[in-house]
Amino acid sequence: MRYHPHTPEDVRAMLDAVGAKSLDDLFRSIPQPLRLTRPLDVPPAVDEISLFAEFRRLAARNDVAHPPFAGAGCYPHHLPPAVDQLLLRGEFFTAYTPYQPEISQGTLQALFEWQTFVCLLTGMDVSNASMYDGATATAEAALMATRITGRKKIVVSAAVHPEYRKVLATYLRSTHDRIATVAFGADGRTDLRALEEAVDGETACVVAGWPNFLGVVEPLPEIAAIARKAGALTVAVTAEAVALGALQAPAALGADVAVGTFQSFGNPMTFGGPAPGFFATREANVRQMPGRICGATLDKHGRRGFVLTLSTREQHIRREKATSNICTNSGLTALAATIHLSLLGKNGLARLARLNLERAALLADAMKRAGCPRVFSGPAFNEAVYDVGDAEAVVARLAKRGIVAGAPLARWYPDLPKAKGALLCVATELHSPELIELFAKSVRG
Amino acid sequence: MDFPEDLRYTREHEWARKKGSNFVVGITDFAQQQLGDVVYVELPGVGDPVKKGESFGVVESTKAVSELFAPVSGKVVEVNEPLSDAPETVNDDPYEEGWMIVIEPSDPKELESLMDAKAYRAFVEEHE
Amino acid sequence: MANPTGWKPTMEKDAKGGAAATPEPAGAGFATRGIAHEEPLLFERGSKGRSGVSLPAPAGGGDPAAAIPAALRRDAVDGLPEISELEAIRHFTRLSSWNHGIDTGFYPLGSCTMKYNPKSSEALARLPGFADLHPLAPPEMAQGALELMWRLERALSEIAGFDATTLSPAAGAHGELCGVMVIRAYHVAHGNPRKKVLIPDTAHGTNPASSALNGYEVVQLASGPDGRLHPETVAAAMDEDVAAIMITNPNTLGIFESHIQEIAKIVHAKGGLVYGDGANMNALLGVGRPGDMGFDVIQYNLHKTFATPHGGGGPGSGPVAVKAALAPFLPLPVVVKEGEAYRLVTDPRERPQTVGKLREFWGNFAMLVRAWALIREYGPEGLAQTGKLAVLNANYLRALLRGTYHLPYDTDSLHEVVFDDALQKDTGVTTMDVAKRLIDHGFHPPTIYFPLVVHGAIMIEPTETESKETLDRFVGAMRAIAEEAKADPEAVKAAPTRTVRARLDETRAARRPILRWRPGMKVE
Repeated sequence: MRYHPHTPEDVRAMLDAVGAKSLDDLFRSIPQPLRLTRPLDVPPAVDEISLFAEFRRLAARNDVAHPPFAGAGCYPHHLPPAVDQLLLRGEFFTAYTPYQPEISQGTLQALFEWQTFVCLLTGMDVSNASMYDGATATAEAALMATRITGRKKIVVSAAVHPEYRKVLATYLRSTHDRIATVAFGADGRTDLRALEEAVDGETACVVAGWPNFLGVVEPLPEIAAIARKAGALTVAVTAEAVALGALQAPAALGADVAVGTFQSFGNPMTFGGPAPGFFATREANVRQMPGRICGATLDKHGRRGFVLTLSTREQHIRREKATSNICTNSGLTALAATIHLSLLGKNGLARLARLNLERAALLADAMKRAGCPRVFSGPAFNEAVYDVGDAEAVVARLAKRGIVAGAPLARWYPDLPKAKGALLCVATELHSPELIELFAKSVRG
Repeated sequence: MDFPEDLRYTREHEWARKKGSNFVVGITDFAQQQLGDVVYVELPGVGDPVKKGESFGVVESTKAVSELFAPVSGKVVEVNEPLSDAPETVNDDPYEEGWMIVIEPSDPKELESLMDAKAYRAFVEEHE
Repeated sequence: MANPTGWKPTMEKDAKGGAAATPEPAGAGFATRGIAHEEPLLFERGSKGRSGVSLPAPAGGGDPAAAIPAALRRDAVDGLPEISELEAIRHFTRLSSWNHGIDTGFYPLGSCTMKYNPKSSEALARLPGFADLHPLAPPEMAQGALELMWRLERALSEIAGFDATTLSPAAGAHGELCGVMVIRAYHVAHGNPRKKVLIPDTAHGTNPASSALNGYEVVQLASGPDGRLHPETVAAAMDEDVAAIMITNPNTLGIFESHIQEIAKIVHAKGGLVYGDGANMNALLGVGRPGDMGFDVIQYNLHKTFATPHGGGGPGSGPVAVKAALAPFLPLPVVVKEGEAYRLVTDPRERPQTVGKLREFWGNFAMLVRAWALIREYGPEGLAQTGKLAVLNANYLRALLRGTYHLPYDTDSLHEVVFDDALQKDTGVTTMDVAKRLIDHGFHPPTIYFPLVVHGAIMIEPTETESKETLDRFVGAMRAIAEEAKADPEAVKAAPTRTVRARLDETRAARRPILRWRPGMKVE
């Protein structure tokens, strides 16, 4: 076994030093009846050549020939090879949480840069070192809002990602916090009148998508105003972070917390995980934030350096009174996003966002010509819902041609007026104009 | 270590000093030494009620969090606001500039139940 | 440009002139000075107009965002860097050189199982069939991924001795949250969620935090003088308000909780459940199974036991394995095999008792690929050998270091060993100093000041992938530091001296938090 360096002579010498006769001797503290006396029932070991053959066979049964037209919280984007080349540096990926800052300055400075990117894109003052994903970041944002306001009710737009809403419900169930869901209108935007009715003096926060799950750009300033009037926080949720290159920063429009995922930057879709959740808020809330935070300081010679800080919020010190139980987060995927954002930079992100808008416009146009109009009239970024007649049938039919056609909305919104035909589709820089034309034609059969 | 004679002490290492009909409250020299560098102090607002033996705030060092327990019941009438910007004052001057809150007591006699300097010194020496 | 990092071109000498700061070559981890570059923040470098990406030219023409109200848009994000591809590459390559990883050297961080992360696993997780797969791809387009998940679920159930496993949780602490949620759902289904969770004082902080997130009150149990939890302690605390006990086995002292069966019996008798924190599963691989010891639930940490990369702090993966009685409550999705086809169950109508969804989509799939690759490479013999060699390595260090460092618990230990700084007390050298001095010898320090029951704890977990020679060098360094503590304690306290930064001021960081770059940022 190539990962075990021990020769039989090593084992003997080490056992001698320990004063044990055999390896089994080392386990004498485990009562005999609790020991396993048979080999584990897992498949026999394979060599590297067989291993690769086996995994290639498995991988080949996943059809990834074309970029998917499904987004819905996980987006196909171009990954510059430079990102992965850097991620593969063992100094990054084989380090752990930077408990010893003197030999972790690489991880720490990169985290500080990640936090800065998150703040620049969201307009917030402070960010943490990442969350598990966008859904848990949203749930943690709601929990933080309950701590800050001392209130128990969460108002969430029905146009927030359904998976995020499910996770929110799971997280809040045992603490008896309440969730009120507010409908969206025919334009795909959160119904402001319904929102006003739902928000009251018990409301800790209002949660809305930016853009929302339907691909629509919400009236965030109006939503935040309604929340603020009632003394509640506004949580803006972004699953497609490239949109932040074209949309105003949520903080600038009145949001108090910005959460979501930066999967779109530097992270492959990889069947939905892992990807870096982000969590940012205003300065005043910093001590209520969950998760690790990196901060700048000086070393004893007066040189700038970085450390994990404000850790008294966390579970290893505050235990059951911690702001969250999170420990390990999404370090390496956050690094991937940081590297990709550094390559994109100011100009690259603006161009990427524009390209996504253009491709989405091409798709909307092609779909319209194919007789599949948009279902919601609100302004969109790179994703939109189309009426394709029978969405599940289209998905099944295009699967045979190696194309993931989109996300049939009826799976989450069975009561929607045009649920059966509603298909959520994305177009990004990976979808060439030719592929978009071909796709629109195929949708109609 | 300093144990001023004019103060009363709790077993949780807070001190109280009579100021007119009110009590000034802070943490002891021993407490600040045990905590190490104080980096943050979280205090109640003026007007908030406090109850003897119950938590009224939190003091943090880089590696530890300690709750602050009220030596007497009553109402907070003053808070040492500068501590939020200069938490190190708690280390530098725990009995004067590092005070935390002033309580208007609901039952001034509660002070009598606290330890005097001699008793507190013995308590600390025993538990050190 | 100004010099934002405060770097000074001359080597710093410590107060004593620096000579004593050179570690003994004997026993050192071969650390020598190399070329180290200073590197500013991304935001402090570059030049207007640069970019490091190649993208298709926009089509131009009309404004594709015209439909979006102007007030909701921005043309560009101010403050983002403007650098070329090479500048970005150098930036991160230089940053990487300031890190110590497993690939750099020995990393005996206790409770974290810093074993070698196989390169094969990295390559396999990057196969396009896995990396480019969309989570909403119809099942017929994702059969390979689903089969892998199905096989891994079964293997993880077998390895720990349970009936069903969910791959959904994103990390160990997330697995704990999941496990306690499942326990709560089980009790709710039996009419009463109960109120309390019992947790020994040796536990990770995540245990109480995960319990509190589920609305449970935490009752701490004292471990005995032998470092073990004793049945009478549990019996005294156990009543019908207790939902569960959370036990790490072996515990964070590396000691096997040998009363586990009796403790489980006491808890079960009052209707409680036994949760196993699987953080230390590496010690038991192929040797014993928590499911055979009375545990009802356990979480794995794939980044510990199955060598998925720690990544500078994640992503992890925390599958949760349960006994059959708890299986209906597991979160969604669940992978099922129907005939020759695999499918994800995502609809709660198929699993009405599920606790629901714990994260978006299906789990940290790329980590699952890596873990499955390792299990396939090891096979049953390799897994068992892993547990045995991990325990051999830890006991070897224990045998060679006892006497030099104080062993607060002389009970047999398994995959890790906890020392403290009691023997160094007279020198003024503390655990922190020993840890920092180890860095000068080229080693990552062990976990320090944990578990909390040991004052000045030094918690060493070598793992099975380290050779005898590495362990010998580490022992040499630990002994050299103990000698140096007596002869020249100031030299130990001045460590580390060879790193890109000396000891960092954590108090300053916490008192005046600077948590992001802003234009003109100064740390002073």
